Amino acid sequence: MNAEAVAFWVLGTVAVVGAVGVVAAPKAVYSALSLASTMIALAVIYAAQGALFLGVVQVVVYTGAVMMLFLFVLMLIGVDSAQSLTETIRGQRIAAVLAGLGFGALLIAGIGAGVTGGFVGLDKANGAGNVQGLAQLIFTRNLWAFELTSALLITAALGAMVLAHRERLEPRKTQREMAIERFRDGGRATPQPNPGVYARRNAVDTMARLPDGSDAKSSVSATIRGPQTDPAQ
Amino acid sequence: MNPAHYLYLSALLFTIGAAGMLLRRNAIVMFMCVELMLNAGNLAFVTFARMHGQLDGQAVAFFTMVVAACEVVVGLSIIVAIFRTRRNADVDESHLLRH
Repeated sequence: MNAEAVAFWVLGTVAVVGAVGVVAAPKAVYSALSLASTMIALAVIYAAQGALFLGVVQVVVYTGAVMMLFLFVLMLIGVDSAQSLTETIRGQRIAAVLAGLGFGALLIAGIGAGVTGGFVGLDKANGAGNVQGLAQLIFTRNLWAFELTSALLITAALGAMVLAHRERLEPRKTQREMAIERFRDGGRATPQPNPGVYARRNAVDTMARLPDGSDAKSSVSATIRGPQTDPAQ
Repeated sequence: MNPAHYLYLSALLFTIGAAGMLLRRNAIVMFMCVELMLNAGNLAFVTFARMHGQLDGQAVAFFTMVVAACEVVVGLSIIVAIFRTRRNADVDESHLLRH
C-alpha cells in the first residue's frame, strides 16, 4: 500500500461515514456537520489527485460559504426542530433503501465494466502549475461559460434578495408617533430598571430590588424569566 | 491506485445522497443531500481529469461549484420564504404552494 492508497482509504471512509451521517442524523445541525466533514475529506482527495486549486476552492466555497449559509438558515428556522423520523407513507423507507441499493449497484457495475486502464496522470498538464493550467482553460476555451457564470451569480443574488424581501405593509412609525403611543395610556416614563440593582448578584437573570425590597419583575427580560418564575429569586 | 476506486467512492456518495433525498422530509436536509450528490459528481470529474491527463474535467468541476453556490443561495431563500408563511420546513406540509 503506497501513500495514496492509505490516504484514499482513510479519507474515503471519513467521506462515506459523513455522508451516511447526513442522511441518518435526526437533527439538521448534525447533518450539516457531517456534510462539512465529508466536504473536507473530498477537498483533500482533490488535492491528492492533482487538483490543488479545486481542493482549496472546495474548502473556501463549500465548507466555508455554503455550509455557513446552511447553518444561518438552520438558525433562522430553529436549530432544535428535530424531524420526526416516523414514516408518513407506509413502506417508503424500505422502498427508498431498495431503490438506493439498486441504483448504487447499477452505477458501480457500470463503472466496473466501463473503466479500464490506469491514470495517465496530470504531471504534464500541471507542468506549468495547476492554477496556470486551469486558468488557461477557463479564460480561453471556456471564456463564454465563465462570463455566463457571472450573469448566473448576479441573477442568484437578485433572486435571493427578491425572495427574502418582505413588503412593508404599513408605513414606518416616526419617533413622535412611538412616543405618543408610549405615554398615551400612562406608560412608564423612565427606562426599565437594570437587572441585579441592589440585589445580591448582578447577573442578567437576577431581578433588581425595589426600595421596599421586593423584586422588580420588569428588570429581567421575559425570555430569560421564562414561562414560570423561579421562586428562589 | 486504480481510477475505479475513486469512481466507486463517487458512486457510493451519489447513491447515499439520492437515497437521502428520498428518505428525508426536512427541506434543508434534502438540500444537503443534493449538495452531496454534486460533490460526488465533482469527485468523478476530478478523477476523469487525472485519468485522461487533461484539465478539462477540473474546469467542469470548477463550473459545477459555481452553479452549486448559486443553487444554494436561491434554494435556501425559497426555504426561508416558505418557512415564513407556514412556520415549517417539512416538505410534506407544503404540498400546496399557496398562502
